[in-house]
Amino acid sequence: MKILVTAKRVEDPESKIKVKPDGSGIVQEGLKYKINPFDEIGVEEGLRLVAKHTGEVVVVSIGGKEVQEQLRHALAMGAHRAVWVNHTGPLDQLGIAALIQKVAEKEKPDLVILGKQSIDDDQNQVGQYLAEFLGWGQATFASKVESLESAEEKNKEPAVKLTADKKAVQVVREVDNGLATLECQLPAVVTTDLRLNQPRYASLPGIMKAKSKPIEELTPEKLGVNVTPQIQVLKLASPPARKAGIKVPDVATLVDKLRNEAKVV
Amino acid sequence: MPIVLIVAEQQPDGHLRKASLNAIGAGKQLADKAGAELHIAILGKDPAKVVDELKTTGAKAVHVGAAAELEHYLAETYAPVLSTLATELKADYVGMASTAQGKDLMPRLAARLKAAMATDITGLNGSGADITFTRPMWAGNVFAEVKLTTPVKVFTVRATEFAAAAGGQAAAEVKTFAPKIEASKTKFVEFKEVKSARPELTEARVVISGGRGTKGDFKEIEALADDLGAAVGASRAVCDAGWVPNDLQVGQTGKVVAPALYIAAGISGAIQHLAGMKSSKTIVAINKDAEAPIFQVADYGIVADLFKVLPELRAELQKLK
Repeated sequence: MKILVTAKRVEDPESKIKVKPDGSGIVQEGLKYKINPFDEIGVEEGLRLVAKHTGEVVVVSIGGKEVQEQLRHALAMGAHRAVWVNHTGPLDQLGIAALIQKVAEKEKPDLVILGKQSIDDDQNQVGQYLAEFLGWGQATFASKVESLESAEEKNKEPAVKLTADKKAVQVVREVDNGLATLECQLPAVVTTDLRLNQPRYASLPGIMKAKSKPIEELTPEKLGVNVTPQIQVLKLASPPARKAGIKVPDVATLVDKLRNEAKVV
Repeated sequence: MPIVLIVAEQQPDGHLRKASLNAIGAGKQLADKAGAELHIAILGKDPAKVVDELKTTGAKAVHVGAAAELEHYLAETYAPVLSTLATELKADYVGMASTAQGKDLMPRLAARLKAAMATDITGLNGSGADITFTRPMWAGNVFAEVKLTTPVKVFTVRATEFAAAAGGQAAAEVKTFAPKIEASKTKFVEFKEVKSARPELTEARVVISGGRGTKGDFKEIEALADDLGAAVGASRAVCDAGWVPNDLQVGQTGKVVAPALYIAAGISGAIQHLAGMKSSKTIVAINKDAEAPIFQVADYGIVADLFKVLPELRAELQKLK
């Protein structure tokens, strides 16, 4: 099968994010960048699927030259080739989904796997927009029933299951109060939740090999997409800080505070 | 007059999902600011039970679309029905609670309506045609004010940030319509409910969560939860390890809670987790490590072993009864 996977460039999730004093953006200095963790889970799931069923994983990222780092990371993990949509400047979910739609129409994959959200804007929209734009089925928040530390995890079976006739995938989704299973005809869009898998590390030979794997360059113009944003971020602010609390010496004091000060017990 | 349409959600057991009332509360706030009329939509196989509850929440009308094919929720069948309804109503805003269904459905609906969308809004600003939304980014470390410039605007609501709409108001007009069901490329296979005798995490007044420090032993946490009628939560690490079910996870990628009292036992306080519980009214942290970041957000902290503190806490609370 042919699988198209996204690899957005985001701030390292462990970074401390600070807002500029004028609220126009975040402080960039000292930040490290990574592939969006949910997308990395998507790359891993794609690799497991092609390992089991044969095929190809094509990874796509949108942004300036720097996103090639994230594409190389996915290639080092084992993805076969990459598509870079060269675009600097603002972009919103509508624009991103429209660009990936064009790439999907060009590549004709059986499956597009995206992270359920990116850890910078936390919007959780692109996969669903894409599925509607393409007229395909969607299975969002794909998860795994078993523990990630279990033996099952270690043998790296894909959690997204191809049906016996290879025309659909079965996906377990994390929803409120339980787990829902859907069957999506291919081609389809799947978005990944945290517990789908544990992404592999890129091996040294993988990193070496990634250097010679092809990255195709496209642009919004070449793809014929107008990416003028329809979502304007007017201002950023830090959340109101919680007042620093106190440490109490023992449980009796804690209960007294909860009863007489906070009045919650 | 502009129209705000809020989509309510029926749970698999037939009841109204409580977060829908918070979304209606947000819808009412938006309608007031925008000078708009509030409408509610509900779809399902048999939504009659929830219609009774919805019609006294202060909306002008409740639009009810019932069809056998809508028994099991699928984005592909629900989005076209809602898109037709929103278009016929000439809705300016379409919103829903940020439940799993809201997060799955609203972007697909927005794509159909060629609308821009704001996810998980925590606030509304402005008036008339000039409305902006406040929403969290970077795991709640940043709050952005965003403006949607498409004619139709779609949003999901972080339920913990808006008061639930109260019942008992003048009855709305109930308008039933026959949904046109489109063929779906996806089919529902099964739903496995994770049942718990304890209150739902997002609705509980008290939440007690365990982290790595529990080493997977949740007995003391569960005992205290039962004493207090509290819900049990967990950090991501604990869920990933398979020590407790995934749906107990509190955090950016799990559930967002805002109870009156949140007790974090053996949780260090990663950004991921804090994003899910920082809005709690009172936070108690129990951790052996005095440097754990959780103490920076806790109102009250105890530097000690949770296995020693929790039984003592139970005993002290018993004395109060």
